[in-house]
Amino acid sequence: MTARRLDAGGRIDRSHSLKFNWDGRLLRGFQGDTLASALMANGENLIGRSFKYHRPRGIMSAGVEESGALVTVGAGAKRDANVKATTCELFDGLAASGQNAWPNVRHDLGAVSNLFSRFLAAGFYYKTFMGLPPFEWGQGTGWWMKYEKIIRRAAGMGTASREPDPDAYEHAHAFCDVLVVGAGPAGISAALTAVWAGLDVVLVEQDFEPGGDYLNQAGPDADATRAKLLAEIVDADVRVMTRTTAFGLYDHGVAGLLERLPDQQIQNNKYLPRQRFWTLRAKQIIVAAGALERHIAFGNNDTPGVMTAAAARTYLNRFGVLPGKQIILSTNNDSAYGPALDLATAGASVHLLDARPDLPVDLVNTVAASGVRVTSGTAALKAVGGKQITRLETAAWTGTGWQSAGSENCDLVLVSGGWSPVVNLASHLSTKPVWDQDNCCFLPGETAAHIHMAGSAAGIWQTRDCETSGRVAGAAAAKALGKTAPDISKPEVGGWSHAISPLYEVTVPGKKLKSFVDPQHDVTADDVRLAHQEGFVSVEHLKRYTTLGMATDQGKMGNVIGMALMGEALGKDISDVGTTTFRPPYTPVSLGALTGRNKGDHFRPLRRTPMDKWNLDNGATMTEAGLWRRPWYFARSGETIKEAYIRETTTTRHDVGLCDVTSLGKIAVQGPDATEFLNRIYTNPFAKLPVGKARYGIMLRDDGIVMDDGTTWRLSETDYFMTTTTAHAAKVMVWLEELLQMRWPDLKVHVTSVSEQWAGCAVVGPKSRAVLEACVEDAALVSNDNLPFMGVVETRLKNGIPCRIARISFSGEMASEVYVPSDYAPAMMDMLWQAAKPLGGCLYGMEALGALRIEKGHVTGTELDGRVTIDDAGLGKMASPNKHFIGSVLRQRPAMMAQNRPRLVGIFPKDRDQTFNAGTILCRADEVSGHGEGWITGVTYSPAFGHWIGIGFITGGYQAWEGQTVVVADPVRRENVDVEIVSPHMYDPEGGRHHG
Amino acid sequence: MIRINCPYCGERDHSEFTYGGDGSVKYPALDASMEDWLQAVFQRENIRGVQTESWHHVNGCRMWLLVERDTMTHEIHSVRVAHPGLQQALEDPS
Repeated sequence: MTARRLDAGGRIDRSHSLKFNWDGRLLRGFQGDTLASALMANGENLIGRSFKYHRPRGIMSAGVEESGALVTVGAGAKRDANVKATTCELFDGLAASGQNAWPNVRHDLGAVSNLFSRFLAAGFYYKTFMGLPPFEWGQGTGWWMKYEKIIRRAAGMGTASREPDPDAYEHAHAFCDVLVVGAGPAGISAALTAVWAGLDVVLVEQDFEPGGDYLNQAGPDADATRAKLLAEIVDADVRVMTRTTAFGLYDHGVAGLLERLPDQQIQNNKYLPRQRFWTLRAKQIIVAAGALERHIAFGNNDTPGVMTAAAARTYLNRFGVLPGKQIILSTNNDSAYGPALDLATAGASVHLLDARPDLPVDLVNTVAASGVRVTSGTAALKAVGGKQITRLETAAWTGTGWQSAGSENCDLVLVSGGWSPVVNLASHLSTKPVWDQDNCCFLPGETAAHIHMAGSAAGIWQTRDCETSGRVAGAAAAKALGKTAPDISKPEVGGWSHAISPLYEVTVPGKKLKSFVDPQHDVTADDVRLAHQEGFVSVEHLKRYTTLGMATDQGKMGNVIGMALMGEALGKDISDVGTTTFRPPYTPVSLGALTGRNKGDHFRPLRRTPMDKWNLDNGATMTEAGLWRRPWYFARSGETIKEAYIRETTTTRHDVGLCDVTSLGKIAVQGPDATEFLNRIYTNPFAKLPVGKARYGIMLRDDGIVMDDGTTWRLSETDYFMTTTTAHAAKVMVWLEELLQMRWPDLKVHVTSVSEQWAGCAVVGPKSRAVLEACVEDAALVSNDNLPFMGVVETRLKNGIPCRIARISFSGEMASEVYVPSDYAPAMMDMLWQAAKPLGGCLYGMEALGALRIEKGHVTGTELDGRVTIDDAGLGKMASPNKHFIGSVLRQRPAMMAQNRPRLVGIFPKDRDQTFNAGTILCRADEVSGHGEGWITGVTYSPAFGHWIGIGFITGGYQAWEGQTVVVADPVRRENVDVEIVSPHMYDPEGGRHHG
Repeated sequence: MIRINCPYCGERDHSEFTYGGDGSVKYPALDASMEDWLQAVFQRENIRGVQTESWHHVNGCRMWLLVERDTMTHEIHSVRVAHPGLQQALEDPS
């Protein structure tokens, strides 16, 4: 290929020169170039190295189907691998380099693998390294994992940056009446028809210039048409989004769009995102995504200097680059005559090989005047030249097959093997493509009512027909939305005056050829035949065995040829071979765009309690519990976490401790039937709970498994305040709503989440009443008589802060929970802390909270993991035998009531100096293997006992293991530890302390 | 991504909703037999075609809805409020 930039012509701005860097060399291009056109204009032929064989590759197309010119753009953290040079907009300062080659694409040591290519056919690695002779010693996946690393290094593409991506990405949302995909002749006509019917239209175009095929056409007419249409588009307020790919269509009119902002613009404005990921909801969708030209499998058809005929026309007419001087064009259809004419007119010598025995005389006459030679019944057989094509061997059709027909020097070979409509987007919505033998292509098939195919995406080849087809689609969309639109008759599929002749591969008997079907993944025609020979008959299996169509172009170039060859091998028509299902994305979407702003601190929301700052100001070290940030411990100077929580636990049991419990779920349950409702959802009786009292309750799921536990306070006849665990707060709320709205709509109850409205502090320890007395307006209200165990008062703290207090205990100590409206949280904490401090009190966090509750054997979300029955949790006596409640029937299934289920137990180390880990398995001493007999959910150092203790579950409960030694199996983290199983109620089992 | 036309909020992305389950299940009385409860909780048809599902507009009005959806095409045939009284109020505001 001896390409050169022409002095005039094309849609580039020759007054605006751009500098760019290619493999360390400074080159120049123009505004309006792609990286590929600029490289071509600079005479660069060898752009990449192939995936498996490291074969030299050049530019093969001018669009998204590119399989040769894959490059790495940018450096360092901004390195972007596997960029198609053909779709990469040139900008000043762009730096690109070749990939999958060392030291560079022109001299690649990896190319040695091409010499061994006959050993490297499809399935080679798996067969060899997964244990066929003579490599049996390497059998098994273990060895495969080792080989794989080496193999993957040799075969591959560009490498991603290991550094964090410094660019920003955004998610955006949009709505419209009509989405038009593709701003070519069909798309623009469709958009105008729809917008003129009074609809809100979004027109997306993946290119940086709208116009589609108008951009590739020769002559001033195309420019004038395009300019006029684009002016009309702007005038009619169509929302045009260029550099935006509709990468996927989803149900109910949802489209995924990826918008790439111009690099120049991002460089000048650091607040702009690099890409936007749009979710667009459209009522009607018109797909005018065009068609892609196919190549033909012939020998060395991947040599630099072999490209599609339409690509050459694009480089000439759009970019002003004449891609070759001595051009041979091999085709089987009419569409190649246009490019032949344009190239000859621009001064190239063009020899057109038409595989069809009967030449289309009218077309031959139009091109002959410009000096194009046309030969019938001939096709490309083998490219010669290695790093750059110099000669083409040709074949002639004998009537029954091909035979060698000599060779001819050339510097560029163009191929046109027919066209594949872009049916991908319709296929995303389960529309099966249908093979059309007349046009040798897959057509979209019957689409859903709101999807309209237009232009060459619907198999319509001529520009004028595409425009009409766009108007038909626009009118159909308008009518579907109740607008009036012109009645236009639909153009016929096709549009060539002479039939295409099916041609997928050119080969002659006895000649060994390397003919690529999927050049990006180095899949050859022989690989497809090998797959058939080895018994793969389904297209899906063919795809997986050969990796055909699994490269970054997703089979845009090679799939149809692969299916045709498979059909030939099977003796079937393509229509019977079937096609693989296209799935989103149409072109690759970066992980950054999928992530958007949801990373780092924004990955998920952080929930802070209203006393978050107060906790931090008072020395809290925080930890995350679900979405919540909660105090972990309050270390004094020099204290370790262990020293801190042991002190906090001891102080709380001895004097008093304060703990932020705001993260508990809080639900207002109100209404005349609230009592009945609670009585149905809790296992224990609520019907007779007096006003001013709280009760601990457990709720089950329908299947009898424990859902959650918590306390519910009766504030009035019709008003309850329910607390849930932190972990299950949202789930319980949804559950209550489901019951009230779906199952028991007759109950007059309203539930409201008030978790955000109330801030809570637990005041815990023997001196907790003294603290309350010092803080409430009327100290008598919190006396033992007025606020007994499980009592509730609604009153005011000093300074008139409204509060509600319940005497409830999660620690086993005399304790209360005090709730105030959230804004008063810091004021409440100041007041409580000033009262607690002089009494020798402390603030405590999650670690001490855990120690206190494990000592008492109280369960949390860690124990209530969705597998545990109320009996497993040791709370069976809370299931009332005198009433029916949710789960009361199914909890009595035999397996749920079995005695040998894992039951809640306490765990002591045999040697009291030892410790063990949560999450470990409890095993019989004589069988430390398998799934064991139970597991440990929580471990703490217990100040009350002076040694480590644990809580967990074991088969049959503690009674079954009395006097036996059990082993905590923890082979990875520490050695196994002998333990004994005890009652879960380890500390103060009689419960005297919380009564005060 | 499917879109659900909430009777209160209008058409919204499915990400605002959570899927409940088979909306046609009639849960038995709390004191019903074990067999009735087993049927209601565990026995489900795997329908190919239109089925009634419950969806919760959890990031919206928090209403439970009954949605008739085609499991093959994702086409939604109807959406109504699960609470019969509220549905009636929507249909006949007087």
